[in-house]
Amino acid sequence: MSAPSPVELDEPVTDDLTVPATPWITIVWNDPVNLMSYVTFVFQKYFGYSKKKSEKLMLEVHQDGRSAVSSGSREEMERDVQAMHEYGLWATLEKSE
Amino acid sequence: MTGFTRHRRSGRIIANFTGFEADLLRSLAGQLVELLRNESAAPIEQDPLEAMLDFSGPTTEPEDPVLARLFPSAYRDDEEAAGDFRRFTEGALRDGKAAAAATVIDTLEEAGLPPELAEDGLMIDVEMDEPTAETWMRSFTDIRLALATRLEVEEGDEDYWATLPDDDPRGQAHDIYDWVGYLQETLVEALSD
Repeated sequence: MSAPSPVELDEPVTDDLTVPATPWITIVWNDPVNLMSYVTFVFQKYFGYSKKKSEKLMLEVHQDGRSAVSSGSREEMERDVQAMHEYGLWATLEKSE
Repeated sequence: MTGFTRHRRSGRIIANFTGFEADLLRSLAGQLVELLRNESAAPIEQDPLEAMLDFSGPTTEPEDPVLARLFPSAYRDDEEAAGDFRRFTEGALRDGKAAAAATVIDTLEEAGLPPELAEDGLMIDVEMDEPTAETWMRSFTDIRLALATRLEVEEGDEDYWATLPDDDPRGQAHDIYDWVGYLQETLVEALSD
């Protein structure tokens, strides 16, 4: 019995530029109705963010008109957007640039 | 009128309303339930059999501006994806919001609000655990979004509303919107305590 002759295998081509693991983001938009305290509360409660981070995101929504509040897979972002709609926040998802 | 506070010993969320205030909250929550249940969540022009076999939800934005605000499009530049998202989520979102408004009504009635408000001087003491209080908080948001959409409230328009005469029904509706906003502010504070 002979040992199988070694087979020449091409080294798989690896690229350091891998596809980002989190290509989608959830955006919360400003509206004239929702209270600043409420928006902060929702970010803390739903995302589990600290009060400081939640306030920072809330202020971005308030001052810039929008803020990216979470990132992840498309399915995860659809869940987040649905949850924001449950809370009455105006949210959309989009591909991260 | 003091709004909501957290009871120090029991940790429960409490508030006292006059009969009039409690009746007004019930009426607002009741209108929300009506709105959410009335406008069909399924496509309107449909063969009856087809309608019975159709388990899917709507794919286009509701025509009513209040409902369009309560159920906004999830994708801004992709109508097809927005339609799919809506089909799979709008039914559950509607049910959740209607159930939350029903919780507000149930809590008030369990606290002693009669079906028809008759007696003067009635006070309604509401006492809730945290999950129920959070349900109230979400429903107050829906009520405020509904009122604001009907009134066309905009950012920084407080001065405009202040100039309306006392007997202007829009001004009166805006006062109610402000009042629910005040209640919600105290509720968020009580829950954050």
